[in-house]
Amino acid sequence: MWAFLHRFASPPHFYRRAGAIAPWLGWICLGLMAAGLYGGLVVAPPDYQQGESYRIIFVHVPSAWMSMFVYVVMAGASAIALIWRIKLAEVIAIESAPVGASFTFLALVTGSLWGKPMWGTYWVWDARLTSELILLFLYFGVMGLYAAIEDRRTAGRAAGLFAIVGVVNIPIIHYSVEWWHTLHQGPTVTKLSAPSIHVSMLVPLLLMAVSFKLFYVTVLLHRARCGVLERGRNAGWVRSLLARTEPE
Amino acid sequence: MIFVALLVTGVTAATSLVIAAMGENMLYFYSPSQIRAGEAPSGSSIRVGGLVVDGSVQRGEGLEISFALTDGAATVDVSYAGILPDLFREGQGIIASGVLNAGARLQAEEVLAKHDENYMPPEVAEAMEAAKRSGAMAPHGSMRQ
Repeated sequence: MWAFLHRFASPPHFYRRAGAIAPWLGWICLGLMAAGLYGGLVVAPPDYQQGESYRIIFVHVPSAWMSMFVYVVMAGASAIALIWRIKLAEVIAIESAPVGASFTFLALVTGSLWGKPMWGTYWVWDARLTSELILLFLYFGVMGLYAAIEDRRTAGRAAGLFAIVGVVNIPIIHYSVEWWHTLHQGPTVTKLSAPSIHVSMLVPLLLMAVSFKLFYVTVLLHRARCGVLERGRNAGWVRSLLARTEPE
Repeated sequence: MIFVALLVTGVTAATSLVIAAMGENMLYFYSPSQIRAGEAPSGSSIRVGGLVVDGSVQRGEGLEISFALTDGAATVDVSYAGILPDLFREGQGIIASGVLNAGARLQAEEVLAKHDENYMPPEVAEAMEAAKRSGAMAPHGSMRQ
C-alpha cells in the first residue's frame, strides 16, 4: 500500500497515470451528468410547494456539497504536504483551490437565484449564507497567498497552513442550520434519519452529486498534471518528455 | 505533525469560544415565544419567524395585509404592506422583519418565506395530508426551532 502510494506520488508516474485515467473519468462524468440532468429536469415531478423552481437543487446542492468536499481535500492534502513533505500533495492542494472556489461561487449564485422567487430575497445575512460566503473568501485567500509570495516553497507552506486553519469553517457551514435560526432550511439528505426528499427527486440529485465529484477529480488530474510539469520543469524526466515530443 | 495538530486544535478552540460568545446574536430571527417572553428588544428592528396561523390572514386596502405567526406555543400579530413571496400562505414558515409597536404587534417592512427541507411530488403531499387528517401520520411541514 505505502509502496504503491509512494510510487504514485512520484511526479513522472503520476503524470503518466493521471493522463491515462482522466479521459475515462471525464466520459463517465459526462454520462452521469446527462442522466442526472434528464432525470432532474424532465423525469422528476414538480415539488408540492415550490413547483418547478425547486429544480435548481440539482445544480445548487451538488455544488454546495462539492464546495465543502473540495475544501476538506485541499486542507487534507496541505496537511500531508506539510507533515510528510510530499510534493504531489501540495500540487493537489493548490490546484484544488480554483475548482473549489468555482463550486462555491456556483452554489452562492444558484442559491441566490432560487432565493428570490422562494424566499422573496436574493440574499440575507443568515448563518448558512454568511459562512458559505466566508468559504469563498477562504478559497480566494489560499489562491491569493500562494500567488503573492515569491519563493515557491514558502508560498506553498503559507497557503497550506492557511487552508488547514480555514477548515474550522466546514462544520460551521454544515451545522449552521441546526445551531441557529436561519432562513435557509435544514438538511434534507445528509441527516441521520431517512432523507426527506421523494425518491424520484433523490436519484437524479445523487447522480448529479457523483458526476460533480467526478468532474472535480477529472479537472484536478488535468490541473495537477500541468502543476507537476511546471514545478518539475528542470527535472530530467520533464526534459526527456519534452525532447520526445519536440518536432524533428 | 505536532505543529499542525496544535494549530488546528487552537483555532478550533478559538472558534468555538467565539461562537459560544456570539450565541443569540447569530440567530437570524426570534420565535413568537421569545417575543412574548420579552427577549426581543422593542423599538429596534427585529425578525420574527413562525408559521402563518390558519385563518388569520386578513387583506386590507391595496397591498395591506395582517396575519398572525405562531411557533405552536405563542403567537405574534403582524401587519405588512408590500409584495409577498410566492410561498406565502397559511401554515407556511415566514420570517417578518420590522419593529414591535406598543401592542406587541409587528409592523413588518419585509416578509420572507422559509421553505422546509421536504421535497416531494404534489400527489405524495396530498396523500400525506389525507393520512394526517385521519390521524395516521405526524405533520411533515415542520418549522425548525
